[in-house]
Amino acid sequence: MSEQAPQREITNMTPYLSAAIEDEVPGPPLSSSSGSIGDKIYGAITFLASLTIFVIIIWIASSLGWQSLPVFKQFGFSYITGSVWDDGQKQFGILPYIFGTLYSSFIALLIAVPISLGTAIFLSEMAPPWIRTPVTFLVELLAAIPSVVYGLWGIFVLLPFLRQYVMEPIGASPLGKFPLFSGFTAGPSMLAAGVILAIMILPFITAVSRDILRAIPRAQREASYGLGSTKWEAISQVVLPFARSGIIGAVILGLGRAFGETMAVTMVIGNQSPQTPSGVSFSLFEPGYTMSSALANKFTEASAGLNTAALVGIGFILFFVAIIVNILARTLVYYTARDVQGGK
Amino acid sequence: MRYKSETKIMAQDTKIDMSRSVSANRNGVEAPPARVKVKAEGVDFYYGGFHALKNVNIRIGERQVTALIGPSGCGKSTFLRTINRMNDLIDGTRLTGALTLDGRDIYDKSVDVVHLRKRVGMVFQKPNPFPMSIYDNICYGPRIHGTRGRAELDELVEASLKGAALWEEVKDKLKKSAFALSGGQQQRLCIARAIAVKPDVILMDEPCSALDPNSTFRVEELISELKEQYTIIIVTHNMQQAARVSDYTGFWLLGELKEFAPTEQLFSQPAVKETEDFVRGRFG
Repeated sequence: MSEQAPQREITNMTPYLSAAIEDEVPGPPLSSSSGSIGDKIYGAITFLASLTIFVIIIWIASSLGWQSLPVFKQFGFSYITGSVWDDGQKQFGILPYIFGTLYSSFIALLIAVPISLGTAIFLSEMAPPWIRTPVTFLVELLAAIPSVVYGLWGIFVLLPFLRQYVMEPIGASPLGKFPLFSGFTAGPSMLAAGVILAIMILPFITAVSRDILRAIPRAQREASYGLGSTKWEAISQVVLPFARSGIIGAVILGLGRAFGETMAVTMVIGNQSPQTPSGVSFSLFEPGYTMSSALANKFTEASAGLNTAALVGIGFILFFVAIIVNILARTLVYYTARDVQGGK
Repeated sequence: MRYKSETKIMAQDTKIDMSRSVSANRNGVEAPPARVKVKAEGVDFYYGGFHALKNVNIRIGERQVTALIGPSGCGKSTFLRTINRMNDLIDGTRLTGALTLDGRDIYDKSVDVVHLRKRVGMVFQKPNPFPMSIYDNICYGPRIHGTRGRAELDELVEASLKGAALWEEVKDKLKKSAFALSGGQQQRLCIARAIAVKPDVILMDEPCSALDPNSTFRVEELISELKEQYTIIIVTHNMQQAARVSDYTGFWLLGELKEFAPTEQLFSQPAVKETEDFVRGRFG
């Protein structure tokens, strides 16, 4: 019976259907003469608006490249590896600036990452609501303080503090013999720049990491707690591994901000290349330069020609480093968020 | 050392279970007299200002399957999650009354929640394996409770997977990601993961709602086998499922346990009007 039924249906289907259902009667038209023109105008306007951003980026990138071309032509690779910058002698090497940017940002990460991660974990996993809300607000407040205010605080509070309680005691102790702590103890230094940068990137790393942690499915935590795990085990063995690449992305995002930060760094870093042949020093207490602080210091006195080209060259390199770092960070964050939500 | 010998015993028990006819198990509707495992007396539960459970009194027997049914939002899942204190994770929840496991107050101040949850395992609505290998998923619980030896863990993995009727399907790919399994296999993996810590009680929160009919059948079979060793409390939206797998059934409505009776009795001769309306499909 059950084997015969489909057979009968198939053979009978076509004539039966065509006989039972009448031909259609034409209904009201589905097209419309008016109505879509407004959408077209609206679409064109928003498209133009977004095109602006594209044009601006191309414009900046190409003009930076074009205007710095003379210095790359003249010095080639030694523009990047050279240690002497002398406007009068037309000598341009930016290694100390590149190093300063990398080193100060590295110090900043060293300080900021543990604090940010701790805060993010606390906010997403541990804190009761009456603590979570104000602390989240404070973290966001930290991001809203203007850079120059950080710089000002750096000069008048942080530098004296570091000099009195960190640099002078260490300089006077046997530790002062180590290269890491050699040099001046005047205040303006790589250390001060690193600390200021750390404070400035802290809210970004914290906020992004916290968002990533909160995006991790509740089911994952419950699975861990359901097996009798402690909070620490759930966080360290389930939550953090799940969030790992996203947190790395958050850190790189912070790094990108540290690279570009100018005003506050300029105010505390000393703006003076270390007195070594390479113009590079790992001492935390020596003053230094970053690419952005060099730009901020030198643009007023740049004369036309090669000097300008040399300055624009710094901007060009910084621009590209920042873009690469950002792309990397966003890719990592994107893939984590996707993996976390997709559950795969 | 003690752990190891337990593992062996468990592996043997599992083998016996596997060879048993499932249908015989199912047709044994008459629930044997059992000792009380979980008991609620005058339990009220609140989410902030919302009164989610109202004066709940229930006695759940050891090594029985107890099904909790009722319309959405009736409190059955909430009650389930009070037993391993999973609701503690939600801010602003509060429980009054006495809820006990083997006569010990679950909500006593001295209770170590970690220890409680080791004895009261849980299987969730959606399969939620960890993003690790099948092997590491099973080992997660035992490892956090201190089992480290390679041989011990190997044995435990095999015993747990056999206990969850998954061993034959995955024994050659234990190092593969748990996400590579089908939904039904993932859910059985989650059951194996729960068994691996050797709980007394297994809570199941609609364990089949995300599964296809065939996987559902496998999990139901498994539940019938597991009750030889474990006390199982299962929340389900599927009344046929409750009828198929459970010894006792509780009907919930608006935060109250309206009726609690042997499953056959509850479905054939419900004592309460609301239960009758629900099991006859008149609402919910």
